[in-house]
Amino acid sequence: MLVYLAPGDPLNAVAPADAPAEVVEALRTAYGLDKPLPVQYGMWLVRAVQGDLGKSIASGREVAAEVMGAVSNTLLLAGVAGLAGVVAGCILGALAGYWHGGVIDRIATVLSVVGVSIPHYWLGLVLTIIFSTKLAWFPAMGAGPGGSAAWAWDIAHMRHLVLPALTLSVIPLGIITRTVRALVADMLEQEFVIALRARGLSNRAIFRHVAKNTAPTVLAVAGLQIGYLMGGSILVETVFAWPGTGFLLNTAIFQRDIPLLQGTILVLCMFFVGLNLLVDILQPLIDPRMGRS
Amino acid sequence: MSAVIMNPTIPLVQEPPPPLPGSALPASRSYWMVVARQLRQEPIAMISAVVLLLIIAAAVFAPWLAPADPFKASMLRRLLPIGSPGHILGTDELGRDMLTRLMYGGRLSLLMGAVPVIAAFGIGTSIGLLAGYVGGRLNMVIMRMLDVFYAFPSVLLAVAIAGALGPGMSNSLIALTLVFVPQMVRVAESVTTQVRKLDYIEAARMSGASAFSIIRVHVLGNVLGPVFVYATGLLSVSMILGAGLSFLGLGVKPPEPEWGLMLNTLRSAIYREPLIAALPGAMIFITSIGFNLLADGVRSAMDIKR
Repeated sequence: MLVYLAPGDPLNAVAPADAPAEVVEALRTAYGLDKPLPVQYGMWLVRAVQGDLGKSIASGREVAAEVMGAVSNTLLLAGVAGLAGVVAGCILGALAGYWHGGVIDRIATVLSVVGVSIPHYWLGLVLTIIFSTKLAWFPAMGAGPGGSAAWAWDIAHMRHLVLPALTLSVIPLGIITRTVRALVADMLEQEFVIALRARGLSNRAIFRHVAKNTAPTVLAVAGLQIGYLMGGSILVETVFAWPGTGFLLNTAIFQRDIPLLQGTILVLCMFFVGLNLLVDILQPLIDPRMGRS
Repeated sequence: MSAVIMNPTIPLVQEPPPPLPGSALPASRSYWMVVARQLRQEPIAMISAVVLLLIIAAAVFAPWLAPADPFKASMLRRLLPIGSPGHILGTDELGRDMLTRLMYGGRLSLLMGAVPVIAAFGIGTSIGLLAGYVGGRLNMVIMRMLDVFYAFPSVLLAVAIAGALGPGMSNSLIALTLVFVPQMVRVAESVTTQVRKLDYIEAARMSGASAFSIIRVHVLGNVLGPVFVYATGLLSVSMILGAGLSFLGLGVKPPEPEWGLMLNTLRSAIYREPLIAALPGAMIFITSIGFNLLADGVRSAMDIKR
């Protein structure tokens, strides 16, 4: 809705600058842009509930189809990056917490500061320079060979995924490492762990207890991070020309393509609400104490 | 600030720090002086502070220190490598001196880091104090409204708002401020709500103090600390996001020098002069790491969370 406040006529994107006034008016009526704002919004809302997000002004294609395609690309990227980041963060954080003050701990600390401080769009650029222009290991642009937007699980497509996923995985990596490290270090000093050790439990069994106790917090943080990841992917997708929601949103903003913009934001918003809900539901399943309160 | 010392029984908020072992502190020392003293004993925080000061000084005094004119382009001198005579850090895609542009670029980039955080600090603390102190229905309305913003990650929110307002430096400052206000409100509100229930506030109210003076004298001092710590942590976020907006073309407009924008315009040069293309981002990275390490130092010096 905010977009209507912005300067610039969305029709500028479709109609040539020298188009006759009647043509512009006809287009305006066709897109419903001649009606007052609340009416426009109301009409959009009624149709959106029915699953019809309208047509993109700039390209004329169905917004729903376009957004869904982009969402699946972003989910793929964010999913792979999130998984990599969270798993690596958990391992690193657990090791750092176990050998508190050791070499791995130092590395993890440095890495977590770097992880939260690095502008990931710049990291993407640096990775492109190193692995794409210098070493020519991975392609720098797009989601598939020949600029195809459709994803397939083959080597050629996966090579396109490596650099953007690696770049994005740094977003959760730093915070997860930090959280897990603090939790594990804290947990190992708790009395129940000492008691377990006194009872002669193996390291592996103790690890299971510690993991069970840290999981809910890590899950909550990870859920939040997946959200950041989806957001952060706007910039990273632009760097790598990855055809996801961020890329779509960026295009929509610059073309003032209101139906496309609204559709993308609506879908993303629903996604985040769903994600928060999922974390809220999963948490008591892992830690029964939370469900009782 | 003395309010903190006067009310030593506040949870979450730092108690007046116990005298450091081995160093008998005079009781008259104010809390913030103790924090500064602690901070001076943290080498990492001090190194970060020095680096940041150097970067800030280079940006502030750019007109006097910079070797060239940041806007003077030259077709003949495009993309000179680092170490070229007359251009220590080379030149950019339009032949402008990189060192000069990096120094000038710091001005806008640092502004993008500081202004939204300071603005959000003021606005957010006020709203949070109001919501927390008044409580009840008003609190619920304010907090539920802000929850809407929470559904979005900050990058997305910033891009959406900046995109809606249209590209430009002031619009991206507004966008970033709007992103940070809800977070600040939440911190300020939760501390205020805790403090409000304490006995000494009740006592102040019974002795006839007005709501305004209770907030000013008794609540504010407790709220400022946590919000301040939170705000220092946001500085780097704000700078990275601000540069990110410029990188997307939503922030500062060319030919103005700004690190994020320079990173964007130099993207085409990664095949010819990768080192130069990476320079503006390296500046963002160094500055943001400095902000983060300093913020960590401040946090542990204030001993809110070990």
